[in-house]
Amino acid sequence: MKLIKFFIVGLLFGIIMTKSEAVSWFRIQEMFHFDSFHMYGIIGTAVVLGAVIIWSVKQSRLKNSSGTEISFNPKDLSVPRYLFGGTIFGLGWAMTGACPGPMFTLVGHGFISMILVILSAVAGTYLYGVVRERIPH
Amino acid sequence: MTNIIELISQPWHWSISGAMIALVMFLLLYFGGEFGVSGNLRTLCAIGGAGKKISFFNFNWRNQIWNLVFIFGAIGGGFIASQYLASDMPVQIAEATRDHLASEGIATPVTLEDGTGYVPMEIFAKEKILTLRSLIFIVLGGLMIGFGTRWAGGCTSGHAISGLSNLQLPSLIAVVGFFIGGLIMTHFLLPFLFSL
Repeated sequence: MKLIKFFIVGLLFGIIMTKSEAVSWFRIQEMFHFDSFHMYGIIGTAVVLGAVIIWSVKQSRLKNSSGTEISFNPKDLSVPRYLFGGTIFGLGWAMTGACPGPMFTLVGHGFISMILVILSAVAGTYLYGVVRERIPH
Repeated sequence: MTNIIELISQPWHWSISGAMIALVMFLLLYFGGEFGVSGNLRTLCAIGGAGKKISFFNFNWRNQIWNLVFIFGAIGGGFIASQYLASDMPVQIAEATRDHLASEGIATPVTLEDGTGYVPMEIFAKEKILTLRSLIFIVLGGLMIGFGTRWAGGCTSGHAISGLSNLQLPSLIAVVGFFIGGLIMTHFLLPFLFSL
């Protein structure tokens, strides 16, 4: 029963991803061609408001719905994993036009090919697990 | 009510969209989760039994079920939005991008008869899935997304939204990487891949 609220937030997220057009392969192409402000506006607004939200959550020591104070895990600073991993993700993002959230949303639109994109992404994650010890982090 | 549905069915302004994404991030934090979609790919590996062979997938995935429920909700949200909240025109793409793609043989829908403008049908239509070009886009693209997000420890939601909102330098490095990869693919590799 506790999980229903996550399902509802997920429904909302799928609707937002669609109506924002962030799920559009063409919008991602437009972004990487610097031909429109649309995607930059979406991400920029989300980050600025998100920063205000997270700052307020920390300042007010807000508790989550089960009464535990909301905490954040700072990420360990290094360069290779973020830069190289990020670059590989970026290559795939520009090809499929979908990052992980939109992949799932587009399955709901009825695009069968996106199920194959998801399965390939799961395989890619598995592959990372296999070579993880041998690549720089 | 009809008016509200009509209003929601219009394409949303970027500022509304961005604010709604920030709201989703807050709701997930408030309900005891966090906003990061690509972690689900690792969870799916673990559920599939990958933890028996590889320690990276040997973790208590039951703690992550909320995130899978969230992303299955997103499939439902995509269904609702595409069936009941559809706009009366395809996604409106900048002319420069349309011209550029047309020169590479990819048509951008102008009317709904051509498509909704979410994916290029030349590549992602189900009749095309088994062609070499489509398989490269789908399989290679998916593999790189899965590999890259886990190496970087997050995707657009985990790094670009959650991480940057929390002023995390690692997330900024990751986002720089996203753009290096995206720009190389868009400007140097896609023209070749389209021609296959």
